[in-house]
Amino acid sequence: MWKRMGIVLLAVALLTAGMASAERLVIESWRNDDLKLWRDVIIPAFNKHYPDIQVVFAPTAPAEYNAVLDSKLQAGTAGDLITCRPFGKSFELYQKGYLVPLNDLPGMEHYTAFAKSAWSTEDGRVTYCVPMASVIHGFLYNRDLFEKYGFAPPKTEEEFFALLDAMKKKAPRLAPLVMGTKDQWESATMGWHNIGPNYYGGEAGRKAFLAGKEGFHTDGFLTTYRVLARWAPYLPRGYKAIAYPDAQQMFVQGRGFIYPAGSWDIGVFHQMNPKLRMGAFPPPAPAGASKRYISDHPDIAMGLNAASPHKEAAKKFLSWLTTKEFAELYGNALSGFFPLHNFPVQIKDPVAQTFLSWRKTHEGTFRMTYYKLSDRKPDAETDLWTASSSILNGTMKPDEAARWMECRLSSWYAPHRHFHQELGCGQ
Amino acid sequence: MEHAMKRKPFPWHLVVFLAPAVLVYTVFMIYPMVASLTFSLFQDAGNGRQVFVGLGNYVRLLTDPLWRDPFWNAFRNNLIFFAVHMTVQNPVALLLAALLVTRVRGAWIYRTVIFTPAILSAVLIGFAWKLILSPTWGIWLPLLDRLGLGDNEVAVALLGNPSSALLTLSLISVWQNVGIPMMLFLAALIRVPRELVEAAQVDGATGWRVFWNVQFPLILPTVGIVAILTFIGNFNAFDLIYATQGALAGPNFATDILGTFFFRTFFGFQLRPGDPHMGATVAGVMLLIILTGVLLYLYGWQRRVGEVQY
Repeated sequence: MWKRMGIVLLAVALLTAGMASAERLVIESWRNDDLKLWRDVIIPAFNKHYPDIQVVFAPTAPAEYNAVLDSKLQAGTAGDLITCRPFGKSFELYQKGYLVPLNDLPGMEHYTAFAKSAWSTEDGRVTYCVPMASVIHGFLYNRDLFEKYGFAPPKTEEEFFALLDAMKKKAPRLAPLVMGTKDQWESATMGWHNIGPNYYGGEAGRKAFLAGKEGFHTDGFLTTYRVLARWAPYLPRGYKAIAYPDAQQMFVQGRGFIYPAGSWDIGVFHQMNPKLRMGAFPPPAPAGASKRYISDHPDIAMGLNAASPHKEAAKKFLSWLTTKEFAELYGNALSGFFPLHNFPVQIKDPVAQTFLSWRKTHEGTFRMTYYKLSDRKPDAETDLWTASSSILNGTMKPDEAARWMECRLSSWYAPHRHFHQELGCGQ
Repeated sequence: MEHAMKRKPFPWHLVVFLAPAVLVYTVFMIYPMVASLTFSLFQDAGNGRQVFVGLGNYVRLLTDPLWRDPFWNAFRNNLIFFAVHMTVQNPVALLLAALLVTRVRGAWIYRTVIFTPAILSAVLIGFAWKLILSPTWGIWLPLLDRLGLGDNEVAVALLGNPSSALLTLSLISVWQNVGIPMMLFLAALIRVPRELVEAAQVDGATGWRVFWNVQFPLILPTVGIVAILTFIGNFNAFDLIYATQGALAGPNFATDILGTFFFRTFFGFQLRPGDPHMGATVAGVMLLIILTGVLLYLYGWQRRVGEVQY
């Protein structure tokens, strides 16, 4: 009898020891839409390589994520792996010591400096999150309607507006450009940020802006406002009261030709109307442009909680994120979220493929107002929503909007101080 | 004598009956209000600590252009919102009540139908009207086309034009809430003694004169109550605007009222984190505005018409 008890005890002891050696990692994330994908596809794929590391994906609602994460980190109850928002928010976490530098992580060499910039210190020396995906801006078009009326995707700005005019003439009941201004952010995100990089010259322009050499009222930045203003006559009837979901519906129902898009719309449109045949073209080139640019906005990454007791296991997981296997799994499961690796990734969806192919022909840059320019009030991004929608609504002139934004920004952004006097702001 | 000398026992039953209400009111209304006002006197010092700044936040709200301009914009919009309710909602409610009190056939049906929107959630109302007025699939555009107004820039996008959005939302709110003052007026009109009305009729007064010279003066206290309830409701409004226009209260803040301004300040928006201390300050100013209105009502109106007796 005692002998039997001894065997049982030994077995229990062995079992618990075995469990203790299997490590458990918890992922904090705001992507609750992707719960099933992580549970059924990504984590099992990871476990094929590391069967003894247990991974749990524990997302919070997007709107609550920042606040919930903050309190969990403060209380020391946050998960081992932290999904990183781009720019300001994650930098703040790194500064407070919640995120670990990941420069030496095996696999980090698979990312370009641009991909890492959203999760690196200003000087680029320390990177604290592993980039996962970006979203790209461009234009989606309805293939069936284009074929019916014999239109071809435009390459230059001139062709673009000529095409819009032709659409207005040939099919007056259909909207040439499907977008509304009611929710305001589309005007900025799908409008200004979409076409802007071509006019202000991508990363070079963005850096000149940050350094105070350019302002919203100068050169390419000003041109962007002016070109955006020309969209107004081609938007659907009543566009001022058309919200984002309304515009999405209009496009998938075939009530318009071109949809200024973010790549994340691809997956949504496939779901809304599986029969819709879409094509895509990049932001048209301005006259005389030698180099072309797209908005390729890093959106999501993953970092390591400094308080995690399982750092080695977590690093194995993060390293796995840098592999081709993860890139292809992730990029194909979420159409329109593009991996940021510097090696080619096979994406199966043809429309998403088109977006991705622009990376070869265009130079990428991210939405310029997200970095530094929105750290304080009045933040440039919210102002851009107001300005872009007001321009399209005709309640602000492009030049006036540019000046207004520059005055607001230069009131607190030190490198732009000189513009404040030059423009005579606050008088 | 001996009997009269006896002290009255302490009225314990009053305490027993009042205690639950006082307790609940203190915990859920008075304490949070005091806490919020205290909160508005502090500011974040970074590193998670708070410093006492006195009335600094209030001074900032009213003098710093970054705060002052949106605040006065919201205040002005709120005044317009209130003015529309006072000039449309309450007169219409009075008219409806006056019609219903004459016992028209099927009065109870009208009463129920007109009151129904008031019990629906503002989110539902906002959504329904957004659909009705939507240029994409609303019934509003076909209607405009019939009237030959299909090319009118403002009419096709009522919620999208700075010139029309606030007025449209005010009228939606009027449509939703008109049932409440109507019921209050109706209850007051029913209480007016029939003899007075009949005596006036015997003296040869027309319906119009009976209403203005007999009924209306007798329901003046209710008119005051409706006005102050409208005032409080309008300066606390938030849900309808948030449901139809979002936290940015577009276009270009044309429909921003104090409630939405408070929301953005307190909870933050998009890339900008919230500032709870400034939020509490905005809430403090809102309290002050409402308090001023209520005091004006109490001393300027209720005292004077409070003596109406019948």
